[in-house]
Amino acid sequence: MSGPLSEPETWTGRALPRLEDPAIVRGWGTYVGDVAARDRGCLHARFVRSPHASGRLISITAPAGVTVFTAKDLHDVQPIRAVLHRPDFVAVDTPVLATDRVRFVGEPIAIVIAASESEAEDALDLIEVEIEQLPAVVSTAHAIAPGAPLVHDVEFPGDPNTVVDGRMHTDGFDDAFAGAHRVVSIQVSSARQSAMPLEARAAHAAYDRASGRSTLHATLQMPHVTRTGIADSLGLPEDDLRVVAPDVGGGFGAKMTLAREDVALVWASRRMRRNIAWIETREENFLAAWHSREQVYDVDGAFSADGELLALRGDLVCDVGAYCCYPVTWGVEPLMAMAELPGPYRVREYSVRSRGIITNKCPIAPYRGVSRPMQVLAMERLFDVAADELGIDKVKIRHANLITEFPHRSPSGLVLDAASHQETLAAAVELADLEDFRSRQAAALAQGRYLGIGISCFAERTGYGTPAFAARSRPFTLGTEQAPVITPGFERVILTMDPSGTLTLRIGAAPHGQGLKTTLAQVVCDELGLRPDAIRVIASDTDQTPYGWGSFASRAMVIAGGASMLAAQELAERLRVLAAERLGGLPVDIDLVDGHARVRGSDQPGVAIAVLARDVYHSSHLLPDKGDPALEAVGVYDPSGTFANACHIAEVEVDPLTGRTVITRFLVAEDAGRLINPAIVDGQIHGGIAQGVANALFEELIYDDRGVLVTTSLMDYLPPTVAEMPHIDIVHLETISPASITGAKGVGEGGTIGAPAAIANAISDALKPFQVGVFHIPATPHRVRAAIRSGTDLHVIPLAVPTPEPEKEAQR
Amino acid sequence: MKPSPFEYVRPETLDEALAVLARDPDESKVLAGGQSLIPMMNFRLARPERLVDINSIPDLAGTTTRDGRLHVGARTRHLTLQNTDLPGPLGHLLRRAAVNVGHLPIRTRGTFGGSIAHCDAASEWCLVATLLDAEMTVRSAARGERTIAAADFFQSIFTTAMESDEILTSISLPSLDDGYVTGISEFARRAGDFAIVAATAAVQVKDGVVTDARVSLGGVSEVPFRSTAAESAMLGQQWSPELVATAAEEAAAEVDPPSDTHGDADYRRDLVRALVPRALATTSPANR
Repeated sequence: MSGPLSEPETWTGRALPRLEDPAIVRGWGTYVGDVAARDRGCLHARFVRSPHASGRLISITAPAGVTVFTAKDLHDVQPIRAVLHRPDFVAVDTPVLATDRVRFVGEPIAIVIAASESEAEDALDLIEVEIEQLPAVVSTAHAIAPGAPLVHDVEFPGDPNTVVDGRMHTDGFDDAFAGAHRVVSIQVSSARQSAMPLEARAAHAAYDRASGRSTLHATLQMPHVTRTGIADSLGLPEDDLRVVAPDVGGGFGAKMTLAREDVALVWASRRMRRNIAWIETREENFLAAWHSREQVYDVDGAFSADGELLALRGDLVCDVGAYCCYPVTWGVEPLMAMAELPGPYRVREYSVRSRGIITNKCPIAPYRGVSRPMQVLAMERLFDVAADELGIDKVKIRHANLITEFPHRSPSGLVLDAASHQETLAAAVELADLEDFRSRQAAALAQGRYLGIGISCFAERTGYGTPAFAARSRPFTLGTEQAPVITPGFERVILTMDPSGTLTLRIGAAPHGQGLKTTLAQVVCDELGLRPDAIRVIASDTDQTPYGWGSFASRAMVIAGGASMLAAQELAERLRVLAAERLGGLPVDIDLVDGHARVRGSDQPGVAIAVLARDVYHSSHLLPDKGDPALEAVGVYDPSGTFANACHIAEVEVDPLTGRTVITRFLVAEDAGRLINPAIVDGQIHGGIAQGVANALFEELIYDDRGVLVTTSLMDYLPPTVAEMPHIDIVHLETISPASITGAKGVGEGGTIGAPAAIANAISDALKPFQVGVFHIPATPHRVRAAIRSGTDLHVIPLAVPTPEPEKEAQR
Repeated sequence: MKPSPFEYVRPETLDEALAVLARDPDESKVLAGGQSLIPMMNFRLARPERLVDINSIPDLAGTTTRDGRLHVGARTRHLTLQNTDLPGPLGHLLRRAAVNVGHLPIRTRGTFGGSIAHCDAASEWCLVATLLDAEMTVRSAARGERTIAAADFFQSIFTTAMESDEILTSISLPSLDDGYVTGISEFARRAGDFAIVAATAAVQVKDGVVTDARVSLGGVSEVPFRSTAAESAMLGQQWSPELVATAAEEAAAEVDPPSDTHGDADYRRDLVRALVPRALATTSPANR
């Protein structure tokens, strides 16, 4: 392969245009809505949802002629249940449709079926639901207060409504903390957020009378796990259900959790022996399709006089809503926060309590970054405040505390593999030219303009397999009953070469916009000397792919990529054996290049791989190795994880009169290991930062004091548009870590993780003349203006805890 | 969301439209650009039984000047006003206001009269109409034509002085002489969003002295708000940046704005204080 010197000799490392895009940009993609639209006879479903945050379900009545199913009809359906094996973990059941209680506004109560979407919508208007309202718990402070109503009538081992209560305390913590020069204490918080994929949820359940099989097309990140969850609920063998995720219009974590609606839809389709579609509205998506990030962290850093962080204490509280998400549970936010708070910093002594507290609000589930945007906000605000209080430069204090030796064992037991924390900070700072900025800042201030700059360093745990998920629970052994804990992690692929010499790669991962089909093709083709257009990647169909965990947690490139590489290496070895026999020489002497097998150093043309492939199938009696009459390899990879790292620097200008923040410059020094496709990596960073900007400045889900969500449309919930996005400059460092066999680290979440802290630090820097800082996100204009007006830091304003009153208020 | 069932009619003449509307006025809605009506129907917040589409009716769009007033056809699209080279301080104000209406696709479809008839307190066109004492011409099958002054037209949230059997046909605005400075400044969370607070202003300055002062504010009350306090603070005074700041303070003290998730009353007062001077600073030098 020839080309300019800068062009790599391999397919990996090239900014190859995505193989997925030509169809999608032409409108040739197939989304669930297309599947439903092409099925002319299919029925349509809508869900009756609770208008109250908490209440007792008295009755549901529908006029004659309306097809509606309630929990009574679903009496033989098992509730959804996901657990962790921990003494502090409280498990609850999630009924597919509400049984006797409703626990959040938007909870599905009944499924209505009609001939069209419009008729289903009309039928919805005719259903009467009687609910006796009960007092709602709408804040974590209220939830754990004495006498608070219980969201679930279960035993709580500790405080009321506390379902996860993780603690760690290192042996030397108390001495280190007591002996510190200075303790810096801050509280940071984040509003609730929605992952808000462009495509809301959608599903189409088809029933085949001949085979008795169901096929569910749904917009999913975990097709196989969804099949397990639905089959368990409905009491089906998994083989009776095929789950397909066609093109998916964004997931960001929100589509990895099993939807109650999808279970109900498959049940109704089997009951009616009809095809039924459900296309979620944006309002429903806001109400019921998972929230995230409503967290408050109290953090104390014990510092030496020269800025060394000697000990870190955290009290971390996550509002996890009303039900436990399947499969990763409502431990996902608090347990990640507890394990990963120290991030890229050397924290020798660590004391932490991290809680998941339930409320009468939409359940939480993973959203890009999960708890890490808040962890990074906490640490980066802490270092900025400490630098100010200790009189140390903000860059110096970070250099003094960033990890330099690898592998590094964190106080929570994580092993951080080779990374470049010091180097990415230095690279970003060089790009930012701080000296120049400080002079621009001073000149602007003289004109009454407020500029600020903010730094954020982070480690992004990616590509973690079974060992990492197993660590969330106490060890358990396999007995005669099914193991109770779902432990995700491995990926398995099947790579097949057909008689024409082209490849099919079947993967358990479920790409939904990441360009994984392109990047896996790049990895595989380098092993086999083929071009990426010679490979078809098949994903997201349980009938066609091996069991796998799907795409989430910045894992697919590392884990599915590793499994694909292993399969490709095995297949390449077989081709070398077959070629060596006919070309002469040993398999190790054979190169696979440009679609041919050649003896290294020979000027003979060698043999086309397509010829080798044809002969395996059509002249199998002549196979020299007496091997399989097929070219197929299975790759399995299940790593313990690797840490990507980066430094973000944001420059902002704050309008002191309106409180508006404009991001004027955004710089990223990123180390995601080996870049398989630099354009795709940059795209992940850009998109991630857009969601980080959203978290920092724009998006929040707001409940009123009765637990009613008031932000249920895109008029009130404000994702930034391209007009609000800054230009982003990226520099890449490439630390090759043995923790990932492809050398690639995950990069799907980093932008979202790092950006909020950089922006909060930048606004705080701009507001320094007013002596106020940002400790709550989003730092919306009215909050920033209020901080300036009042001279007090921007903090969360907690909802008041109502005085307990036992009598119930009946309504409607 | 899907709208409730409705009947759709598309008359070819104004008289025909008025006749259809007269049949069942309270259950019918006039459809022009659909900018607000269609989303409200999709949310089922509006459930009209009949839509009377006026897009085929001739002579409802475009601008003409006569008797010192600019007449804007009710179905004139926002984008037309953004792109039409109307002269003087009024033309300047209309172009600047149009740019602030939604996003480009919305401006290609939404209409001047639709915004006025919808009566959203933060709407740019309602603000301009209030600022310049616009006159709204409406027509019904039963009572023919009548003209309503802006001060009487905007009554409360989404409520105007129009009867449900009337169609707004045109709006007239006074041509402003070159002694006026005009401008608009609004604060929205994102480009193209509804303004949280918006300010429009028109000030006539002769020999350095303010001879006419008009300030209207959006987002601070149920209908566009004429700040008489700001206006009287400026009238008869020497024109200066300090005078504008004083007027802004007066306006901020005069309003009694609502609170919502985008900001409380204090924040809206702060925005009034910030935006009134910016409205007057948006005037290009050529128009001063």
